[in-house]
Amino acid sequence: MAAFEIARPEIFLLAALCVVLLLDLFLGKESRVITYLAAQASLLTTILLVYSSFFNRPDKTVGLDGMYMVDEMAGVLKIAILLVSILAFACARKYLRDQDMWRGEFFVLGMTAILGMLIMVSGYHLLVLYLGLELLSLSLYALVAMRRDDAQATEAAIKYFVLGAVASGFLLYGMSMLYGISGSLELNTIREYFTNQPDIATNLPLMFALTFIVAGLAFKLGVVPFHMWLPDVYQGTPTAVTLFLSSAPKIAVFALVVRLMAEALEPAQSAWSQMLILLALLSIGLGNVLALAQNNLKRLFAYSAISHMGFMLMGIVMNTHVGHSAAMFYILLYAMMSAGAFAMLILLGRKGYEVAQLEDLKGLSSRHPWFALMFLLMLFSMAGIPPTAGFYAKFAVIEAVVQAKFVWAAVFMVVMSVVGAFYYLRIIKVMYFDKPNDQPPIEADMDIRVLVSANGLLMILLGVFPGVLMSICDLALIASRL
Amino acid sequence: MMEWPILSFLIWLPIMGGFGVLIVGDRYGARQAALLVAAISFLISLPLYFAYDAAAGTMQFTETFKWIDALGVHVNYDLGVDGVSIALILLNTFMTLLVLAASWDSVKERVAQYMAAFLIMEGLVNGVFMARDALLFYVFFEGMLIPLFLILGVWGGPQRIHATIKYFIYTFAGSVFLLVSLIYLYTQTSNGSFFLPDLYALTNLSENAQLLVFLSFLVAFGVKVPLWPLHTWLPEAYSQAPTGGSVMLAAISVKVGGYAFYRLAMPIVPEASHDWALLVVSLSLVAIVYMSLIALVQSNLKKLVAYSSVAHMGFVTLGFFLVFKLQGLAFVDANVSGSVLAVQGAMVQMVSHGFVAGALFLAIGMLFERMQTVEISAYQGITTRMPVFAAFFMLFAMANVGLPGTSGFVGEFFVILASAKAHFWVAFIAATILILGAAYTLWVVKRVLFGEVNSSEVNKLSDLNRREFVILAVLALAVLWLGWWPEPLTRLMEGSIREWMMIVSPSDLMPVVKGSS
Repeated sequence: MAAFEIARPEIFLLAALCVVLLLDLFLGKESRVITYLAAQASLLTTILLVYSSFFNRPDKTVGLDGMYMVDEMAGVLKIAILLVSILAFACARKYLRDQDMWRGEFFVLGMTAILGMLIMVSGYHLLVLYLGLELLSLSLYALVAMRRDDAQATEAAIKYFVLGAVASGFLLYGMSMLYGISGSLELNTIREYFTNQPDIATNLPLMFALTFIVAGLAFKLGVVPFHMWLPDVYQGTPTAVTLFLSSAPKIAVFALVVRLMAEALEPAQSAWSQMLILLALLSIGLGNVLALAQNNLKRLFAYSAISHMGFMLMGIVMNTHVGHSAAMFYILLYAMMSAGAFAMLILLGRKGYEVAQLEDLKGLSSRHPWFALMFLLMLFSMAGIPPTAGFYAKFAVIEAVVQAKFVWAAVFMVVMSVVGAFYYLRIIKVMYFDKPNDQPPIEADMDIRVLVSANGLLMILLGVFPGVLMSICDLALIASRL
Repeated sequence: MMEWPILSFLIWLPIMGGFGVLIVGDRYGARQAALLVAAISFLISLPLYFAYDAAAGTMQFTETFKWIDALGVHVNYDLGVDGVSIALILLNTFMTLLVLAASWDSVKERVAQYMAAFLIMEGLVNGVFMARDALLFYVFFEGMLIPLFLILGVWGGPQRIHATIKYFIYTFAGSVFLLVSLIYLYTQTSNGSFFLPDLYALTNLSENAQLLVFLSFLVAFGVKVPLWPLHTWLPEAYSQAPTGGSVMLAAISVKVGGYAFYRLAMPIVPEASHDWALLVVSLSLVAIVYMSLIALVQSNLKKLVAYSSVAHMGFVTLGFFLVFKLQGLAFVDANVSGSVLAVQGAMVQMVSHGFVAGALFLAIGMLFERMQTVEISAYQGITTRMPVFAAFFMLFAMANVGLPGTSGFVGEFFVILASAKAHFWVAFIAATILILGAAYTLWVVKRVLFGEVNSSEVNKLSDLNRREFVILAVLALAVLWLGWWPEPLTRLMEGSIREWMMIVSPSDLMPVVKGSS
């Protein structure tokens, strides 16, 4: 039994989700709130378990025959994933009720997805990582397809499923080649193997494997040129699912990229960093430019997500401690901003009505000044304007890039963030400068109001005291030897 | 010596006050609350002037806290002021107070948000003038865009959206290069710091790096000042902004650009600034002549003052960069005092322009409140209806021309005098502003104030009420005081400017400058 100690939070979550699944069978539509509360309670308990047992450790602990590993980076990321998921679940409660989708599947599938993410964060073995990723992806495919009778949602689901399956195939193929070359599936053995290889840059089978792995990861991250699914999926998916899929899984994929690239394949760094830097810069450029033309908010945030992932990737590509910490800081803030923005859309929706188009926000500041201000803070944060938190995320990444002597890349990144600022300003313009058409009241419970406000205020609080979160990332990665 | 942190108060009191006003809301005296906060901030800023040891000219009232210490970044919350900062801080707190008073009746919707935006901006601008850490500076420098953006966009004129977004994108685009430069400079320091004196001390920059850093500074601050040809956002932003917004743009926001040249650009890369001084001097001269000519043909009062502002701000950059031309001439004492004179002139011009342009925009705002138009053709002969207003307007117009006895004269005279030492033609071209400025200003005075009353609306105009009278009278006093007796201001700044000269002198000139001062 003691061997399983290392996966205690995950085992608990698995048990809890079975209980929630069974519980939901016996609940009618009126009492479904119990499912919701049980799911939230399990997430909170999982946070406590992560915090109590596997946090604040000075080094990596490997267990389960070298398949599973916890370190401080895993602890921080798991807690972040769970916190964002709690916000997602809270918003989903309002959204699912409004849109007449009030079923228990969302919470059960959400919890399996979270389980997959936690496994991805802690896996130290190619198969475990892959299984975690598949658990996440399969749950998300089902979540995207939740609105069965809607053509757009179905299209999104099929697109997501087919492309996601291809990407998983790519990744698995790359992994199998790695296994063929190194003879091992464990990340630290793979690393040792490649460290001892001479002239790694001309190792053709390795390059082959790397190409497939990079392509697979790029699909999952949604960076150019593997980004095509992202806007359609974001737009077609029910907003509550978009919120979930745009935030927490990005953190998990970040962990996957770091584990595979920066840990296992660190010796081949010169090869993969060239591929990734190209993808990252393309995403920053194309994502920002295409977002300019969008009038659908969900599509707009999809393109902005592409560019944000490019920014984050630049941090990882630098492959320095500062770069990794900057990328981690970036992804945590991004998850917060993206979740906050979609939560805002859900908050403003009401029964049978969804906020999706830019003009739906018209005159928001005279209708609901407080929430307009919160949205303003989130948008300025996404645009990276100080004194909001997003600025420090961009700053940290650019600092890492300049330190690694890629000044030209840094210049490109800041120029593109000016382009990016324009479409965020467009949203603010609609909210603040245009006159409202009608005066629909906000119908929302206190919990979602408080959560959205807290999210907005965090943008400014972390902007005034950015050192707090920055040092958490910094210290976590020092302890994780990255 | 541990005193109470007066500088932090000046930053955070208005910002917190702004949020407080937001919470107070429109219903319960947002105006009074905002005015109270602004008045307290102004009163707190006054002791700076009296307690500052001007002869020493060093950074004083300093405060230091560790702010960010992660990812290899060491940023401190470092504040400090020298004489120049104090002059601009006083200008800022003073003008904010006046603007809030002037907006008492003219803003009718979303009053609390309007007042709050001005207060928050006041705090952020104070932060710009106090920051001694480059990243902190950048945060304040960019942060002040947010309240200005909202002021322009929410309460502006009919074409406000275009003007506002253009303004934001221009400034943001300019300053992102600044960010890259600052990060680059930071990676070059030995101890990884953004502390300005550490950046001043950098000597290992290659010539190319210096040039690129200088150009990024030039673009970032040139947009703010604005330097020709980066000025195209300005006429639109000024003319579409609400009265208070125009005043703050003209009186405060553009001063931030000038101040940034003084605090960052020239001391950090003195060699590149020295080599490229001719470029900036030429751009300033073009701005002075060309913008004055454009001002001549304007049919819109606000646009006219806007173009005249660009021309006058040309004197500021001219004064700064003349320093290098003067040092290049000969190693004699006279040129050192000449350089000091040039910078003094630029600084006095900044303060004076703050008063004069602010006053003109306030006066135009008062006309706008009565007639809802700022077209020159709509007015004629308002002297007969508003004699008191006309007298004030005349005074500010004369200050804009640079009539001796008004504040406009002092700065321009200093700069022209200094430029005469550098080169005859520089002085000659700079001095054309006295003629061109007189031409457009007197012409507009003639068209607006004098002549026959030929419209029924002008006939119904009422003269200034007591509040408006007090605001304009206070500004008139300031303009006249600075014109007759600029010594308090010049004495406040002189020591600091001499200190500053030590840093910006290219290294081979250093001993001479030191010996003479």
